[in-house]
Amino acid sequence: MPVITYRQALNDTLRAELTRDESVFLIGEEIGIFEGSYKITAGLLAEFGPTRVRDTPISEEGFVGAAIGAAMLGMRPVVEIMTINFSLIAIDQIVNHAAKIYGMFGGQTAVPMVLRMPGGGGQQLAATHSQNLEVWYAHVPGLKVVAPATPADAKALLTAAIRDDDPVIFLENLSLYNTKGEVPEGEQIAEIGKAAVTKEGTDVTVIAYSRASVIALEVARQLEDDGVSVEVVDLRSLRPLDRHTICASVRKTSRAVILEDDWLSYGIGAEISATLMEGAFDYLDAPVRRVAAAEVPLPYAKPLESAALPDANDLIKVIRELLEATSFTR
Amino acid sequence: MVEKTEVTMDSGEGTGPVPAKEPAEVLLGYYRDMVLIRSFELTAVEMYKRAKIGGYCHLNLGEEATVVGLTAALHKRDYLFTTYRDHGYALSRGMAPGQVMAELFGKTTGVAKGRGGSMHMFDTETRMLGGYGIVGGQIPPATGAALALTYRGEPGPDAEAVMCQLGDGTTNIGAFHESLNMAAIWDLPIVYVIVNNRLGMGTTVEAASGEPELYRRGASYRIPGERVDGNDVLAVREAAAAAMERARAQRQPGLLEVMSYRLKGHSVVDPARYRSSEDNERAREADPIPALRGSLLQAGIIDEEHATEIEREADEQVSAAVAFADSSPDPAPGELFDYAYATPVANAPHTLPGDPVVEMP
Repeated sequence: MPVITYRQALNDTLRAELTRDESVFLIGEEIGIFEGSYKITAGLLAEFGPTRVRDTPISEEGFVGAAIGAAMLGMRPVVEIMTINFSLIAIDQIVNHAAKIYGMFGGQTAVPMVLRMPGGGGQQLAATHSQNLEVWYAHVPGLKVVAPATPADAKALLTAAIRDDDPVIFLENLSLYNTKGEVPEGEQIAEIGKAAVTKEGTDVTVIAYSRASVIALEVARQLEDDGVSVEVVDLRSLRPLDRHTICASVRKTSRAVILEDDWLSYGIGAEISATLMEGAFDYLDAPVRRVAAAEVPLPYAKPLESAALPDANDLIKVIRELLEATSFTR
Repeated sequence: MVEKTEVTMDSGEGTGPVPAKEPAEVLLGYYRDMVLIRSFELTAVEMYKRAKIGGYCHLNLGEEATVVGLTAALHKRDYLFTTYRDHGYALSRGMAPGQVMAELFGKTTGVAKGRGGSMHMFDTETRMLGGYGIVGGQIPPATGAALALTYRGEPGPDAEAVMCQLGDGTTNIGAFHESLNMAAIWDLPIVYVIVNNRLGMGTTVEAASGEPELYRRGASYRIPGERVDGNDVLAVREAAAAAMERARAQRQPGLLEVMSYRLKGHSVVDPARYRSSEDNERAREADPIPALRGSLLQAGIIDEEHATEIEREADEQVSAAVAFADSSPDPAPGELFDYAYATPVANAPHTLPGDPVVEMP
């Protein structure tokens, strides 16, 4: 199986879908001549031309809304928003329009569009360019929100998102673009709304998504050597949320830690924790723990940035605390 | 580049003598459509007071010539996006009055199955793609609809095009400017129509706009702008038709400002105490319905009896619409999640308040 980067998996998938379906087109800032701020669309303008790979003015509200209107007439726009931070300028179109049009008009017109947007801190981009605002979108009925962690999922979830008739927020993460992984050749279509158990274990479940899923898996492998069996649930989809898979895993392990890049309060972990209260309460040996970002506008200075963002050491510390609190023995 | 046509009038002078070349049947048709809207809206007020209609309810009272003139300029294949003041457009575009009233009543037989209400009239058949409740929300999607048309057809006299109607206050929102800019750089087949009823809720155009001659705002994007008397149905139609023609044949986006009046408040519940008696008097004097009626009588196209007959028919149509809406079924709570997603998806939420969030074996 070929090993490629997350970036390459996205690029290959966009190319494959542009080739497959003439109603698919890409739209966004600097995606054509500049080939994308993060080079996800490299080479596509040359291959497909300026109407299929459409550069826009700096008008997030305008071009996101235009993608909605084009989708209403049967096109399948794939929007690149340079980073999730800039999506706030388009939030009226995303929340009040993309998410509403199918239901509010009685199911007459679907809005088949994808909104790709990278988020995440750790690049010293300071407070306005380092956010994880996925919970804002995950909160909204009418949207679907996916967050692939691996190159293989990037391919399979992007393919699914483009072929889906609803607006799909496709969350990327800046720190994942250069990560590598095996990606099966040929058509791969993930099922949106399903989590995956990416590593089985018996002592504790770590629930994560996007970059945090990669860290969770690394930690799980590391702790395996110490005799701790960690199960990892990669959410993959934040809306819908696969509550069943989460609860089933924690019923088995009796311990749960959520690792998330967003801020702690009202975050994805809060929703999962509440779900576990209902779906796994009697099985829990200890309170559910959350490892999330410190609640500050992320500073530029590296020591402060690093302190604010959750990492493998934070996760290991919390897992150990949880095990000690429940008199875990190997 | 199309020459800008500047119409100097800024107060509606209404329909003057009807031109001899205009077929009588066409003029009668416009009068029927305008009278139907008037009757429908007055009945909507009544139904609102009886609590048959809930939520917000914005009326086209006083704007009938504008509504009918604009939709008369559209081909069947054209798309229309509007503001939340949309009942008249829905009727004029060809939606059944019963289904429009049923939408106001929140019934399953409504044009949006009772999901949208007053502000969200929508019908793919007649290609009116909403009724939008958020000020300016319709403008980027309308622009995107025009973008989609460039992928599926060539320009020409029979090409599809988009009309995007908006209010005067909306010209101050960013989406308006972003959209006009995109339409200009991408040569989109779209005409933006500002219905200037001189008031954004209670704020005058002059108080809200650095350039209160709103049609001039197209200049920033080299989009030709034109102002027309919204109380003259034929003038509105002619100006809109010419702009739509340029959009279809040349992919030249256009901006039309239609000077109109709101006869009543912002919505049904607004007594409009902020309006001066002079302003109200001007609005009443500009009322396009008695004006057109007078012109038709003067031209000998109708007589008093015929006019009364047309008005009675409109009232009957609206009464039938009310009866249809009233006797239509309410949606059942079990249908709540029917239009949650267009593509079914695993684990889609379908819990009601108080239900367990997860069912485990």
